Amino acid sequence: MTTRLVVIGAGMATGRVLEHLFESEAGYDVTLFNAEPRGNYNRIMLSPVLAGDKSYADIVTHDADWYEVNGVTCRFGERIAQIDRVAKTVTAANGDVVPYDKLLFGTGSNPFMIPLPGHDLEGVIAYRDLEDTERMMALGASNKVVVIGGGLLGLEAAAGMAARGVDVTVVHIMAHLMERQLDEAAGYLLRKALVDKGITVKCSANSKEILGENGHVRALLLDDGTELPCDLLVMAVGIRPNTALAQEAGLAVGKGIHVDDQMVTSDADILAVGECVEHDGAIFGLVAPLYDQAKVAAQTLTGAEAAFVQKELSTKLKVTGCDLFSAGDFMDGPGREDIVFRDPGRGVYRRLVIADNVVVGAVMYGDTADSNWFFGLIRDKTDIAGMRDTLIFGPAYQGGTPLDPLAGVAALPRDAEICGCNGICKGQIEDAIAAGATDLGAVRATTKASGSCGTCTGLVEQVLAVTLGDDFVLPAAQSICACTDMTHEDVRRMIKSQRLTSMPAVWQECGWKTSCGCHVCRPALNFYLLADWPLEYRDDPQSRFINERKHANIQKDGTFSVVPRMWGGITTPNELRAIADAADKYMVPTVKVTGGQRIDLLGVRSEDLPDIWADLNAAGMVSGHAYSKGLRTVKTCVGTDHCRFGTQDSTGLGIKLEKQLWGAWTPHKLKLGVSGCPRNCAEATCKDIGVICVDSGYQVSIGGAAGMDVKETELLVQVTTEREAVDVIKAVTQLYRENAKYLDRIYKWMGKVGLDWISERIVDDLDSRMALVDRFEVSQSIYRKDPWAEHASTRAETYRPLANLSLEAAE
Amino acid sequence: MSNWIDIAALGDIPQRGARMVKTALGCVAVFRTGDDQVFALDNACPHKAGPLAEGIVHGTSVTCPLHNWVISLETGQAQGNDEGQVATYAARVEEGRVLLDRAFLRARVAA
Repeated sequence: MTTRLVVIGAGMATGRVLEHLFESEAGYDVTLFNAEPRGNYNRIMLSPVLAGDKSYADIVTHDADWYEVNGVTCRFGERIAQIDRVAKTVTAANGDVVPYDKLLFGTGSNPFMIPLPGHDLEGVIAYRDLEDTERMMALGASNKVVVIGGGLLGLEAAAGMAARGVDVTVVHIMAHLMERQLDEAAGYLLRKALVDKGITVKCSANSKEILGENGHVRALLLDDGTELPCDLLVMAVGIRPNTALAQEAGLAVGKGIHVDDQMVTSDADILAVGECVEHDGAIFGLVAPLYDQAKVAAQTLTGAEAAFVQKELSTKLKVTGCDLFSAGDFMDGPGREDIVFRDPGRGVYRRLVIADNVVVGAVMYGDTADSNWFFGLIRDKTDIAGMRDTLIFGPAYQGGTPLDPLAGVAALPRDAEICGCNGICKGQIEDAIAAGATDLGAVRATTKASGSCGTCTGLVEQVLAVTLGDDFVLPAAQSICACTDMTHEDVRRMIKSQRLTSMPAVWQECGWKTSCGCHVCRPALNFYLLADWPLEYRDDPQSRFINERKHANIQKDGTFSVVPRMWGGITTPNELRAIADAADKYMVPTVKVTGGQRIDLLGVRSEDLPDIWADLNAAGMVSGHAYSKGLRTVKTCVGTDHCRFGTQDSTGLGIKLEKQLWGAWTPHKLKLGVSGCPRNCAEATCKDIGVICVDSGYQVSIGGAAGMDVKETELLVQVTTEREAVDVIKAVTQLYRENAKYLDRIYKWMGKVGLDWISERIVDDLDSRMALVDRFEVSQSIYRKDPWAEHASTRAETYRPLANLSLEAAE
Repeated sequence: MSNWIDIAALGDIPQRGARMVKTALGCVAVFRTGDDQVFALDNACPHKAGPLAEGIVHGTSVTCPLHNWVISLETGQAQGNDEGQVATYAARVEEGRVLLDRAFLRARVAA
């Protein structure tokens, strides 16, 4: 006898159940309800339809003939209103009552709509079905679209529309795209590829409100006040299992409809498959497990024994030109190790995560040809001990060569600038080599590359090595750290010439060998990026040494010292009283006068820092940056105000300089001194930058030191006005920031580039001087502010313990 | 009673950073890696008791802020040529919350 099966939902999962069922000739009489006015089509191929690579007809799985041949009663465009589990009937929306012996749920999922103000405006849609797809396909080159959500679905929608010429902006709340499937390095490459397709990508962007006009969407407003105009807004931020009907029918429902290993719900005659189910705590969005479920459900219906087992999943993005693959678990974790391979030339990134000689996760970008092989290793838990050294190269290349340290330079285009001083590109150097310049001296002589400041010498040598192959022996250069083969100078040139504006960009384009750097390279990269791209790059506190992260100097017992700024060494009774009060209140064990003409409070506990800062701020004082690789102090003498020998207002100039320069980050600490006469009471000639006032003006000299090395400054220029002195000093500071190696003080940098090179840019060329001053001011528009006030008001919590379990332990 | 203590939201610890948890017997540092794994270690470097919570976190290691010893967050072992180990405690993330093993507190009280 035939059994009556009612199916709710004609999706990919139930469609597969029916195929298996009819193959087994089990004799089911099937009635198929579907809320969408059509039968089963391949929903995951909507993206190629949107992109114009396929038509709807291409993606229909079951057509009218198929349903007819298999005797399915189709009730498309009809919803189920009610289920009576006792009478075993379903009631259709039009009131028809249909009896069942077995009922199969395939109600799928609903797109999640963020309840932003304006989410119900006309023109705000999800990306779920053919109707949504058709809305997007109706757009063209004159339209603007915003997509909220930088996950799989959102990016496919964005790429599809961009292929139709639509102006698309993707807004993503997390710091990198597809953060659930990709790490930040692969996320960076993906972003780059999408930007190349003309898509605007905004990460770490919080949506605030959808703005409308006459009931239709007009723009998306972000938290930071940015307005993104749009004709259509697509929300692709995730899906939720559609469980409403199951819940009304009284079935056990959690995140999804609860099913056991046989896909049976809490009612023995009701089964469920697909995105609407919850199995063993998990819900499902990818197609592979849905097909597994369908097979099990069909076997359960035919009385065969079968059990659904969750398997490892892998993800691929269906966007032309963006090859990416992710599988398994690629988080760092106990006992886990990384193998990272980057080929900057081909834009390839591969990362394998290994635990106990088994591959547990893989992320690949750019070349995913071997993804199935790696996925097999993950799924089968293959022991890779024997092939570990060559594993990363894939199945075809066991016994591979070591990573090529020249890959980064080899990948540069011919128009990449190598020598910034003389504006020489890689192509000009290659041409010079082809014309017979086969060593560094010859390249320098014919092109001038590396002939000025010399910091690009390493890169020029690498171009020689790449071009000449074995005929050129690369001199051994000191790399930044074990994470890279490149020197500081090489990396700085790459950051400038390739416009690398984020840390993942540097790691990828310079072929970093670790996933996220180390304590040696990260502070250096953080400095280079903020010095070169002050507006684009955001300072990363987690890549800073603790003193710069917490704006205080760590002491050997883990307490901190606090030094408020005293502009030019001038203070007031009120400031001194506030310092004394703070020392009492926070029980500061040691109060010391520093060599930089200010007062050091030593032995403050980390959790007291925000409070002591707030007290000092209230008395008008700000951070002295006594901890920073940046401007420390401007030491002064009393000058013409009091001194009988003073020639100029040295104190006033010192205060002016300190107020202009404070907050600036530099490669190493920067100390200034201004003396009012050649007697030099402010010891200006052993500072990084010193000013000696004379009757006829100001002598600015640079490159002094009084530390491990003791150096006297060298005269850079004498100027007649205070204004010129300030400009020269700002220009020197900016030139130093833009060119020196991290942790080189000015004297070390000057030893490499020479005083003449500095002088040419600051003394001889006034346009160059003013351009440097302008760039310094751009950077200071971001960094000339008091970090103490900011941290005390917005980040005080982070200085305190996360939790106090002292009492808990006493139980 | 569960064996895990809910300490805080994962977001309260910066990525590649750490926060301290006070216990009756000194501070424990709770680290979060760039990939959102969490680890709990005694907040004292085996070298000169430097506060590891203030160090730079890279991969699954932290560099002590006092003298640049690199300590594995997984094992507590000093890396490279340095020798020494700090105690580690079970920690995990569940639904965006950081959990510490209650047993570790007892062990610390008993010690």
